[in-house]
Amino acid sequence: MYSPAIIAEACINGLMTGAVYALIALGLTLVYGVLHIINFAHGALLTAAMFAVWSVHVAFGLDPYLAIPLLTPVFFAVGYAVQRFVIGPASHGDDSNILLVTLGLAIVIENALLAGFRSDTRTLNTEYGFQVVEIGPLLLSQPRLIGFGAAVLVTVVLWLLLARTDTGKAIRAVAKEKLGASLVGIDVAHVYAVTFGLGCACLAVAACLLMPTFYVNPRIGGAFVLVAFTIVVLGGMGSIPGALVGGLFIGVVESLCGLYLGDSLGQIGIFLIFILVLLVRPTGLFGAKA
Amino acid sequence: MRARDLLPIALAIGALALVPLAVSANTVLNFLVFTLVIGLAAQGWNLLAGYGGQFSFGHAAFFGTGAYAIAILQARFGVNAWAGFAIAIAAGALVGWIIGYLSFRSGLRGSYFALVTLAFAEVLRILANASAVTGGAAGLLVRLDVRPENFQFASRAAFFWIALALVGLVLVLTRAIERSRFGAQLVAVRENESAAKALGIDTLRVKLKAITLSAAITAAAGAFYTQYFLYIDATIAYGTWISVEALLAPIVGGLGTAFGPLVGALALHGLGELTKGVAGSVPGIDLVVFGALLIVTVAFAPDGILGLLRRLLGKARRQRAEA
Repeated sequence: MYSPAIIAEACINGLMTGAVYALIALGLTLVYGVLHIINFAHGALLTAAMFAVWSVHVAFGLDPYLAIPLLTPVFFAVGYAVQRFVIGPASHGDDSNILLVTLGLAIVIENALLAGFRSDTRTLNTEYGFQVVEIGPLLLSQPRLIGFGAAVLVTVVLWLLLARTDTGKAIRAVAKEKLGASLVGIDVAHVYAVTFGLGCACLAVAACLLMPTFYVNPRIGGAFVLVAFTIVVLGGMGSIPGALVGGLFIGVVESLCGLYLGDSLGQIGIFLIFILVLLVRPTGLFGAKA
Repeated sequence: MRARDLLPIALAIGALALVPLAVSANTVLNFLVFTLVIGLAAQGWNLLAGYGGQFSFGHAAFFGTGAYAIAILQARFGVNAWAGFAIAIAAGALVGWIIGYLSFRSGLRGSYFALVTLAFAEVLRILANASAVTGGAAGLLVRLDVRPENFQFASRAAFFWIALALVGLVLVLTRAIERSRFGAQLVAVRENESAAKALGIDTLRVKLKAITLSAAITAAAGAFYTQYFLYIDATIAYGTWISVEALLAPIVGGLGTAFGPLVGALALHGLGELTKGVAGSVPGIDLVVFGALLIVTVAFAPDGILGLLRRLLGKARRQRAEA
């Protein structure tokens, strides 16, 4: 048995990782909620964002946190263009086509990164990468604490954007009733692209928060995307609070499974939850009844 | 099932069977054997997705089960390779039935079915990577003992002919299913599941039968893979690469057609080799082409290469009729 202090630390570490997971899942759930598609390119786009963070750091010495205001709009634009000019026209509005097109995109992005950067694993060296903050008996990693705060902040901002702005209103209208929205003059293709852009912007922020403590290689997105799928399914497809709570929960589960089962088996807990939720309650904990 | 159905299959397989007589270069035969293994796995996927409309993103679960079953039976229990091959196919079918039973009974379809199959394959990969009986991360070697009764041959041509025979067998099976009552029911499920149910089709039974057969075929590809390379590990057996390969080939070749998977596998891997020849040894470059091809196919040629050919032939015939 582990002492309570170790278990508490594992839980808190899990919560901090979970917040970044939640941010990744947020983009996925937003796209699902509005476009009703599962974006298989999400992981590959995250990998691309992480390489972007690494590249601007190596080329211009830009700090990962300072890269957030630069990369977030860039990735919003990338996401907007990808939906508007690739996924939208290529899939003719058919669900299984969208699935396949995003899968094709994932393959292209991942392997283009492999061709460009080779399969080496890269890390960033920052002065604060290993700094810790002491809170009572617990030692917490400073960059992960920042990640936690920023992830929660982004979730709140996104929620406000959807709840309070006109764009948010249009997005919610399209999510509820596509035909009705277009009848009252909303440009559905534009809203789709904006939503996809927001999803990618979330990934850019997540990448900036991950890079100080994490590594990147062309295959890294796959590991995150399955976790993100689990969170989205658990929290309810399309639910933003669901993504946040699901992300935190999955972070803790992963951390505790890693503690008790070791690293190689640790991830299995996540997938078992994933399968169980899909089989027993595919609408998730916060999702509306289908 | 008539002679007219069998003739094109016999011609295609017969023509391919002559290749080793003309070419003896190992690189060419290696390429062909590998392509046929992919083609076989893809034939399995096509049966479930092309005819039944159930898009699996986790056919690695079946490929890997076949691959590991034959390896474990030989390495740990000293079972004969041919008997192991049969058991491996049965094991794959069983895993297919279990995954199908769990997911279809819960009513999962579309994206949800794709996700749950992906998760099952990942669970199996993690288990195979961590457990002792599969050799963990180090993988499993099959003892080299080159004798036909061990499913090991000195010549690559022998492997080629066996793979070709398996592909041919599945071609005939697919044609027979197309012409059967079960095939018609499967297509009805693909086109409109609620309507099929309303007509009194036991859709759960039909889908279960399809996934079991589909898994058995893909498991055969996995077991053959093990015998060809005599080595297997978790990333090969249960990796996402094979799930992707198994769905790429039929989509590019022609979804829901008997020849689609074979045509697609040959076209994709031919193109892959070509790209590697042109671009040099840049890793991943062939896969960039595959992914782009998937998008282009979905966007412009939803019936794949075979659909394009049919359209071109139809146009030519019409022009001749007008002239």
